[in-house]
Amino acid sequence: MFKLLLPPPLLWALGGVFLLLVLASITIRLLETRKPEKNWLELKLRIKTWWWIVGCFSLTILGNIPIALVVFALISFLALKEYLTLCATRTADHVVLFWAYLSIPLQYYWLGIHWYGMFIIFIPVYIFLFLPMRMVLIGETQGFLKAAASLQWGLMISVFCLSHMAAVLTLPQLTGIGVPEQGAMMLFYLVTLTQLNDVAQYLWGKSFGKRKIAPKVSPNKTLEGFVGGVLTTGFLGWLLGPLLTPFSPLHATLAGLLIGTMGFIGDIVISAVKRDIGVKDSGRLLPGHGGILDRLDSLTYTAPLFFHYVHYLYF
Amino acid sequence: MKNLLRILFVMLLARPVVRLWLGVTVRHQERLPDSGPAIVIANHNSHLDILALYSLFPLGLIPRVRPAAAADYFLKNRWMAWFATNVVGIIPVVRGGMRRDPLADCREALHNGDILVLFPEGTRGEPEALSDIKSGIWYLLRDFPDIPVVPVYLHGLGRAMGRGQWLPVPFFVDIAIGRSLQHLDSKEAFCALIRDTLLQLKQKTLPAAPPQD
Repeated sequence: MFKLLLPPPLLWALGGVFLLLVLASITIRLLETRKPEKNWLELKLRIKTWWWIVGCFSLTILGNIPIALVVFALISFLALKEYLTLCATRTADHVVLFWAYLSIPLQYYWLGIHWYGMFIIFIPVYIFLFLPMRMVLIGETQGFLKAAASLQWGLMISVFCLSHMAAVLTLPQLTGIGVPEQGAMMLFYLVTLTQLNDVAQYLWGKSFGKRKIAPKVSPNKTLEGFVGGVLTTGFLGWLLGPLLTPFSPLHATLAGLLIGTMGFIGDIVISAVKRDIGVKDSGRLLPGHGGILDRLDSLTYTAPLFFHYVHYLYF
Repeated sequence: MKNLLRILFVMLLARPVVRLWLGVTVRHQERLPDSGPAIVIANHNSHLDILALYSLFPLGLIPRVRPAAAADYFLKNRWMAWFATNVVGIIPVVRGGMRRDPLADCREALHNGDILVLFPEGTRGEPEALSDIKSGIWYLLRDFPDIPVVPVYLHGLGRAMGRGQWLPVPFFVDIAIGRSLQHLDSKEAFCALIRDTLLQLKQKTLPAAPPQD
């Protein structure tokens, strides 16, 4: 039976996000009529895509775990596809790539049956050992290490790391501690803080940015943007903590600071990969944003780290 | 019946494979012909090419879209021949045949107002590399000089399922559609024009480079 499990705090928080989107949509309409001479297309696309992102994400916190796992598996599928499209794969590894994709449904299946032990080692151990074995059976040694390493890295980022969002959601079921609603609220806390952190770092950087923090990787990132963003996210973590998490005020502030710092690191790590490959965006899936990895870059770091933070302290 | 089979093929196989399993970005879809007679030419790296092209057309137009394909390959055995002609809807072209005009069926399709799909390289070749343009298209166009020839570049399908492979592995696919080409009197010039156009379209399918500061 489809059961809605929306606890009031989550309802309020989700309502807040929708209100934010409505405000953004109205603002862009007003700006368009006030200043038609400027080009608002990029910003309009961005907001329209945000509606889609928020819509899909809402599906994951409605209380139906199988639906949520399917949505997250699709996100991993799109992220891995985007990564493999960018990175140089060998023709010889055609079948190996098929096996790599097959790890996605399995990784989320482990969460579905609440098997934490398998979830946490499946990709780092079993898939890690299996794929090179399959490659060796094909027998092409030219470019072997590069092909194997690139594939493993892609799986770690787009399947293993991102699947920790679903792990946060199912954490109460995995550990048998707490109630299922807490998973959805903590997932909301993690994703919202990570995305707001991206926005905060951007705004602080735009307003006060002077000193470049990683000029070779990401020329627009500044120390001022980083510090301002992390402090803002720490504050938001403290603010939203009592509403959505079982955290003490100190732990909530630290969670915010962790998400702020690590979100930044995830962002520039994916930027470095894109620069190495020689592309501006990771894809064209999300109009106005670029690819799906451009949007999820921070979460590749914040999701696993936040998961273990919560797992260690509370669940 | 045949039309229904073809529409079902596109609805249940071509579109899901291309749009969901692979995922596709199209530039200038509006440049595709919405009625025949017309010719669509594309580069050829994979059996998926025709699925990708089909997925670009509205379902109602599918019975009008006819790809020309090698008779020696697709009519090899009876089952494949039935599938290729009735479900996929190919026009078989006899390669290197001396007996009769190999393009007769293509001419007839154009007379009937169909949208003919041609792969002017003639064969799938190496993944993501453009082979030489065969001159058959020029001979065909001599009789139909006013028909629009719309060039399409398909990027990424050779990687998803190249020669000798039978499993489509998910990769994002980029498709760029160009403005329709004019027939030229010189065969060599026309083949060169097709090649240059396809190479230009290829550039459009490549991702943008990162900003340099």
